[in-house]
Amino acid sequence: MDEQEKPLSVVLFSGTDDKLNAAAVLTVGAAAMGRPVHLFLQYYALDAFRAGRVQVDHALSPEATSAQAPAVRAHPGAHWSELLQQAKEVGEVDIQACALSMDMFHLTRADLDPIVDGVEGVAAFMASAGDGQVLFV
Amino acid sequence: MSTVQIDKTIDARGMACPGPLMNLIGAIRQGAVGDTFDVLSSDEGSKTDIPAWVAKAKQELVEVRPDEGCTHFVVRKVR
Repeated sequence: MDEQEKPLSVVLFSGTDDKLNAAAVLTVGAAAMGRPVHLFLQYYALDAFRAGRVQVDHALSPEATSAQAPAVRAHPGAHWSELLQQAKEVGEVDIQACALSMDMFHLTRADLDPIVDGVEGVAAFMASAGDGQVLFV
Repeated sequence: MSTVQIDKTIDARGMACPGPLMNLIGAIRQGAVGDTFDVLSSDEGSKTDIPAWVAKAKQELVEVRPDEGCTHFVVRKVR
């Protein structure tokens, strides 16, 4: 991992556990492979990162059918917050809350879980993305 | 059985992707150059992930050996 890799930038919009988990798996994989990862928390995803709310049940996305949901819930994989913590340990991962969404939900920095590194605006997020990919989850 | 000398066995059987890889990365980071690790994984993803990470991290994949219900990935820390 000597050469500088292009960053992977992911906008987290959905706040359901399945989408957060899928995004966390992408994050830990990119971090393990040496890519810096920037996460930008908006709307319902930001709500899931509130202090004391990370571990609560955030439900599943509407596309999870009643036949699929039990398999998702029963899967023994690590919780998304644990995967993000692992990603921070093996690589360069920056988690920023969207300033607009903070304002929308009347949140301050103190309302967020410590895994969140700060609050920034969309232009700062785009600047950090550079010419790397931006994903929306 | 393999004839490779193992310094540490990482039993990650039953762990979901990417758990076994993350355990290997942690062990490599804490280990010394020359240490050889045997990762036991039942996760299908490990079959692609561990070789990909080892190549990227420029470590050495000594052996990949199927066993009952799992695969052994023998990895040496070379840097």
